[in-house]
Amino acid sequence: MRANKGTSLLLSLGIAFTLAGQALAENVVRIGAIYPLSGPAGKSGEDTLNAIRLAVDVINKSDPNSNLPFAKVAGLPGLGGAKIELIAADHQGSPEIGAAEAERMIVQEKVVALIGAFHSSVAATASQVAERMEVPFISGESEATNLTERGYRYFFRTTPSSSTQARDFFLFLRDLNKKESKPVRTIAIVHENTLWGQEFAKSAEAYFPEFPEFKLAINVAYQNGATDVTSEVQKLIAAKPDVVFHASYDAEAILFARTYKTYNFHPQGIMAIGAAFGSSAFRQALGPDANFYLVREHWARDLGRSNKLITEVAALYQSRYGKAMDGTPARAFQATLVLADAINRAGSTDKEAIRKALAATNLSAEHLIMPWESVRFDGKGQNVGSRGIFTQTQNLAPTTVWPFEMATASIVWPRPAAR
Amino acid sequence: MQAELLIQLLLSGLGMGFIFALIAIGLTLIYGVMNVVNFAHGEFLMLSMYASYWAYALLGADPLVSLPFVAGAMFLFGVGVYYALIRRTMKSSMHAQIFVTFGLMVFLQAAAQFFWGADYHAIQDSRLSGVLLVGGIALPVPQIASGVGALLATAGLYLLVFRTAVGRSLRAAAQDREAAQTVGIDVDRMNALAWGIGAACVGTAGSLLSTFYYVFPRVGSVFVLVAYVTVAMGGFGSIGGALVSGLLIGVLQVFSGFFLSSSLKFVPVFLLYLAIVLVRSRGLLGSQ
Repeated sequence: MRANKGTSLLLSLGIAFTLAGQALAENVVRIGAIYPLSGPAGKSGEDTLNAIRLAVDVINKSDPNSNLPFAKVAGLPGLGGAKIELIAADHQGSPEIGAAEAERMIVQEKVVALIGAFHSSVAATASQVAERMEVPFISGESEATNLTERGYRYFFRTTPSSSTQARDFFLFLRDLNKKESKPVRTIAIVHENTLWGQEFAKSAEAYFPEFPEFKLAINVAYQNGATDVTSEVQKLIAAKPDVVFHASYDAEAILFARTYKTYNFHPQGIMAIGAAFGSSAFRQALGPDANFYLVREHWARDLGRSNKLITEVAALYQSRYGKAMDGTPARAFQATLVLADAINRAGSTDKEAIRKALAATNLSAEHLIMPWESVRFDGKGQNVGSRGIFTQTQNLAPTTVWPFEMATASIVWPRPAAR
Repeated sequence: MQAELLIQLLLSGLGMGFIFALIAIGLTLIYGVMNVVNFAHGEFLMLSMYASYWAYALLGADPLVSLPFVAGAMFLFGVGVYYALIRRTMKSSMHAQIFVTFGLMVFLQAAAQFFWGADYHAIQDSRLSGVLLVGGIALPVPQIASGVGALLATAGLYLLVFRTAVGRSLRAAAQDREAAQTVGIDVDRMNALAWGIGAACVGTAGSLLSTFYYVFPRVGSVFVLVAYVTVAMGGFGSIGGALVSGLLIGVLQVFSGFFLSSSLKFVPVFLLYLAIVLVRSRGLLGSQ
């Protein structure tokens, strides 16, 4: 009798633990991703989302030969090998649709965290929904400075903000003036007119007092969806700036580059922020005319010389999607890893636990696929460990040229004329 | 203010204006004959740009060479759209007609993205690319070509509509459908012809545009709003009106962008449109 009771107790406990273990292992961590998958930024959105899909795949599968975080073991070890299930939504570049999708994913798809959104204007509204519903929202690539100035607790951003990035432009020029014989003095700013472009222009203008050797020649704002940028380029030609700071999305980057060539506008340098001027889409569309643009980058493949993880992730992306990875997919990949690391440390899918774990993130450089010092969030949710580089497109390949100590080739300066 | 700069701005404005005009001419013809607004007109433009691009990418055909083929293909496409879709709505309400062309627009955009992806494509080298330098003024060759193309198209259409028997039949069908049928004009054929010619016009515009503008599934919506304004401002159904207002808009947006503000450069255009339509509701050169 007793032996039977004991056996059955042991048996039921055994079954219970096995089931619990199975349940834990079969536990899935649902994450929602909101990106533009159609419309003018559809190409970039798709490329960025693909990097997140790749990261999720690396985490979920097991590859003993890989050194990427979470690659060796299948799933998240802190949750018993639970896999991440990624649910994607298309916000089409619209802040309203982004907010609606965020709500749908939280309420209907029951995601435990959100990642997005490429457009800062959409990240603003989607994260507003997430904050209200107390769901962590991480952004790897939405750069508008004010996103981390809202006093939110659930919003975390791994990429440096617009204003930090704008400062890199001045640091680079100051460095350059030390070596060049004709110093740069006047700067023109060209920017698109939504949140991102406006933020960049405002941030850049705010640094002039800190760098008094430079002066603003002209500020040209334009509407997205331009059919023609003749008037904008003519204004630039009339202002005769030494360099141009340029903030455009994909579509107008191509249009401006062609119009610059048509009117033979060649300041000493054209320095761009954002993915467009350094993207594979830009190089494919323009061919040799894509050369010599300087892009303030977050990431470059040639940094793989000093960071093996960069080489590995770049090769994976290339083989899976048939195109070169650039800075925005790289940042999205990194943000996914940061989110996974936080969920892993939280050891649960409880949203508050994930939020706390995110806030306590402290990843050092050797775990990152970005050329950053670390990933650590300040009280506002902004990563303070990031660092920027400038690449120049040389022979249709992005080549790191600054910081000069990290350069893999020397910079071509000033920019050659079209004719 | 240098004279050279002003001339440069004027010529660039005219260049863009000819493109707006060419797109609008097709739209106004369809409306003039059938009283149907083709909401998918921008997508006709997009399809012709893709056709020109694929001819270049897959067959190595220069857009100048593929232009007549693209225009011809678009003619057949326009006729096809009429017989397959529009004809069925001719007896229905205006709402049905609007929804059909609007639905076609959405379908074509999505189909383009489905089959060809959201990638931007651009033709890098064609006989129509590059710049002609006259004095210190840069004249982009594609825009010169568009100017020539638009003038030829307008002249050709005028000859067709006002000097041929077919043109007489088209005008009759536009004026009074029943009376035209009574005298034995095949109104159905005339409608199809209008769609075909309208599509061929926008096909020509697309071919020329593809030499300097990038191609992607939503490119139609970038140009189509301006096309509607051009048609309304010039007068629905007036080919000359489409040409004149297209040029006016092209020049106005360049000068506004330069002297006022780049981000507001279409505001004067829309204000002008409002002013003209309020003062003279039939548009610049429209009738009735």
